[in-house]
Amino acid sequence: MLDTVFYILAFAAVVGAAMCILQRSPVVSAMWLMSTMFSLACIYVLLNAELIGVLQVLVYVGAILVLFLFVIMLLNLGKADRDLRGPSSLAATVVIVGLLLVELASIWRYDPRRLAVEVTGAAQADPSMVFAGARATDAAIQSHGVVGGLAAPLFQQYLVPFEITSILLLTALVGAVVLAKRRI
Amino acid sequence: MPTAHLLGPALALSGILFSLGVAGILLRRNAIVLFMCVELMLNAVNLAFVALAQVHGASGHIMVFFVMTVAAAEAVVGLAIILAIFRHKQSVDLGNINLLQG
Repeated sequence: MLDTVFYILAFAAVVGAAMCILQRSPVVSAMWLMSTMFSLACIYVLLNAELIGVLQVLVYVGAILVLFLFVIMLLNLGKADRDLRGPSSLAATVVIVGLLLVELASIWRYDPRRLAVEVTGAAQADPSMVFAGARATDAAIQSHGVVGGLAAPLFQQYLVPFEITSILLLTALVGAVVLAKRRI
Repeated sequence: MPTAHLLGPALALSGILFSLGVAGILLRRNAIVLFMCVELMLNAVNLAFVALAQVHGASGHIMVFFVMTVAAAEAVVGLAIILAIFRHKQSVDLGNINLLQG
């Protein structure tokens, strides 16, 4: 049942992404990208990452895509005359995407058991024994809830990257104002 | 609710979305659509992190937080640059933006 839901959502995400890069109007592209992001948010919930799913909707759809739509409408862009690049770019696209898709043939069959076998090098390996982090996270989520289980490592183990992220956001804020303002 | 057996398909979906983002960057000339393709690629990376977090634990989820923050900062600065370029050139077509070509 869950598998069927996953594959439907995956199909929706791929269709949305393909339409996003093929549509000529930027607004229509943004709308298709929004459908991809909603599908991805649902997939995150399926993959036991409920908080990430909510953040996906809040940050990506609610903030970033709205920003894109603001800029598109501010610039008043219509449909471009010649939006696609020439045949050399098309050839490069076919080669690079083909190579990436060939790699997918092996990724497709991965499951935790095979991953554990490859990490340990043993013939048989139990993934729950090899990867202790997943069990610790499950226990933390059981006792502290979805948000609490993630907040503890974020504010303890990853505190320094978290603070650096705040500096990054401040830099982006100042940079955007400096770049976009006509006269400072 | 164990869905860890979806690890392979989720990673494959992540790869497909990343490839579509690369294809969009190579094919399109509109700078704003190019930024959308970058967002698509960052989303694909997030999906790979979330899929592997089922096996490895919470660090994958926390990495997604950081990727989202970087994506937001990058979108803000990038769109500000596009706005500044549009004021000079009246266009966001990358074919017209060739100041750095020697």
